[in-house]
Amino acid sequence: MLELKHVTKHYNLGTVNELCLFQDFNLVVPDRQFVSVVGSNGSGKTSMLNLICGSIDMDQGQILANGMDITGKKDFERHQSIGRVYQDPAKGTCPSMTILENMSIADHKGKGYGLGQGKNKGKAEEYRKMLRSLNLGLEDKLEVKAGALSGGQRQALALLMATMTPIEFLILDEHTAALDPKTAELVMELTGKIVREKQVTTIMVTHNLRYAVEYGDRLLMMHQGSIVMDCAGEEKAKLKVEDILQTFNEISIECGN
Amino acid sequence: MTLILSVLEQGFIYGVMALGVYITYKILDFPDLTVDGSFPMGAAIGAVMITNGIHPILTLFASFTAGAFAGILTGIIHVKCKVRDLLSGIIMMTALYTINLRITGKANVPLYHKVTVFENKVTESFLGGVLTPVRTLLVILVITIGVKYLLDWYLSTHSGYLLRAVGDNDTFVTSMGVEKGRVKIIGLAIANGLVALGGCLFAQQQRFFDISMGTGTVVIGLASVIIGTSLLKKVTLLRITTSVIVGSVFYKACVALALRYMKVIHLQSKDLKLVTSVLFLVILIAAQERKKKVKINA
Repeated sequence: MLELKHVTKHYNLGTVNELCLFQDFNLVVPDRQFVSVVGSNGSGKTSMLNLICGSIDMDQGQILANGMDITGKKDFERHQSIGRVYQDPAKGTCPSMTILENMSIADHKGKGYGLGQGKNKGKAEEYRKMLRSLNLGLEDKLEVKAGALSGGQRQALALLMATMTPIEFLILDEHTAALDPKTAELVMELTGKIVREKQVTTIMVTHNLRYAVEYGDRLLMMHQGSIVMDCAGEEKAKLKVEDILQTFNEISIECGN
Repeated sequence: MTLILSVLEQGFIYGVMALGVYITYKILDFPDLTVDGSFPMGAAIGAVMITNGIHPILTLFASFTAGAFAGILTGIIHVKCKVRDLLSGIIMMTALYTINLRITGKANVPLYHKVTVFENKVTESFLGGVLTPVRTLLVILVITIGVKYLLDWYLSTHSGYLLRAVGDNDTFVTSMGVEKGRVKIIGLAIANGLVALGGCLFAQQQRFFDISMGTGTVVIGLASVIIGTSLLKKVTLLRITTSVIVGSVFYKACVALALRYMKVIHLQSKDLKLVTSVLFLVILIAAQERKKKVKINA
């Protein structure tokens, strides 16, 4: 379970550009829930993910993971139980290292990086199997550098790598936004499959309202640092794109977009 | 013949140093100027230990350790004190000048007729007779190749993978739940350890220590790395660490040739540093040219 309690976050505190993003923001995500988050630019979606992952500091409030206070923990400590896929496909893999090397690093997350050999024949076969399940032909490219792959291939690989080891939370930060519609569809299907298989608590930020409606068992709409729409369960299952589009338009008109 | 021999000897010694520069410059993407201080530090430690009659093999380990320590300090200045990479190196390089003077106590230490890694009972008994002229070179080869294989081995371990990842994409390292700063510090430690080891070997081969012998080390190191990774990598199938060492020998050969023909254009041996920097510039431009060609072809 992930809890954000009374979170307050200002940007540029003490300057003329001071911006209050979150004021007493609260959110509870129960175990194994798949939450999709939508909202306009600047509504605080990515900031929320950054706060959870410790990439930015908050002014006040608490973040609890499974009841444990992780507010004071550094970003890298939090990532030990968090898998994250970024909008930029370049961020999830190492471009100058081969797929095999990338996967070997990801596979070793949380096990300490000692002086054992990174390459392992048995493991390579295992990785090949995982890659085959992506249906992107990556299983024959174990020795190809990740930088030589297309954006979609890299993002699929990043998603696979982020979920290779047991993690408690999966954070998806607009991970299909930089891909062409067809590849985005593919990566999204893969996301749904992985989340279902691994039963991992997931928060997915997306600009694609259809994905938000189709995937996940809870939908949040954010606006100016607060949640303006929150539906889960039956209500979420009945939700249609038109319904949220209307709410979305209302808030957008409000701020003059 | 003596010229070729000395080019090979110095080329392989500087190759050890260049492997260190390869780690910082190519793998970590960290322009590390500490090198100009850690190279003479290795030399200073070697010189002092040898004049005190300590076994020369121990000088190698001692200089590596001291260099690694200097690298760790540069890393701490950069990572913990958040000083820019270039400045962290400059701070350490300047500080090490004094440290090096303190280690030796004077600006010059001659090492004539002392027992060194190259000239001792073991090497004299194994590498005598016809092998005597190439004795130093053979010892250097064994050490340089040994160091190269050790580095290759390290870079293929989990820890080595992480080192390569941090220069490539440090966000990824954070995502793996590892503090990226720590990985950078480890890289700087290994790099400066190798540089100091190179310095220690150099002092024993030259049979003297001089406080100013570190000036320009970083230029030599970078030139070797760029020759090795940009120019040689395109035409050979050598492992990257091997081509860095070959690059170092190649660079030393270029300098030796330049020195030889300097007189033709009325340059003297005191103009060496000018020649070195011009040579470095030429290498940089040559490496760029190739990159462009590749881009057009692609």
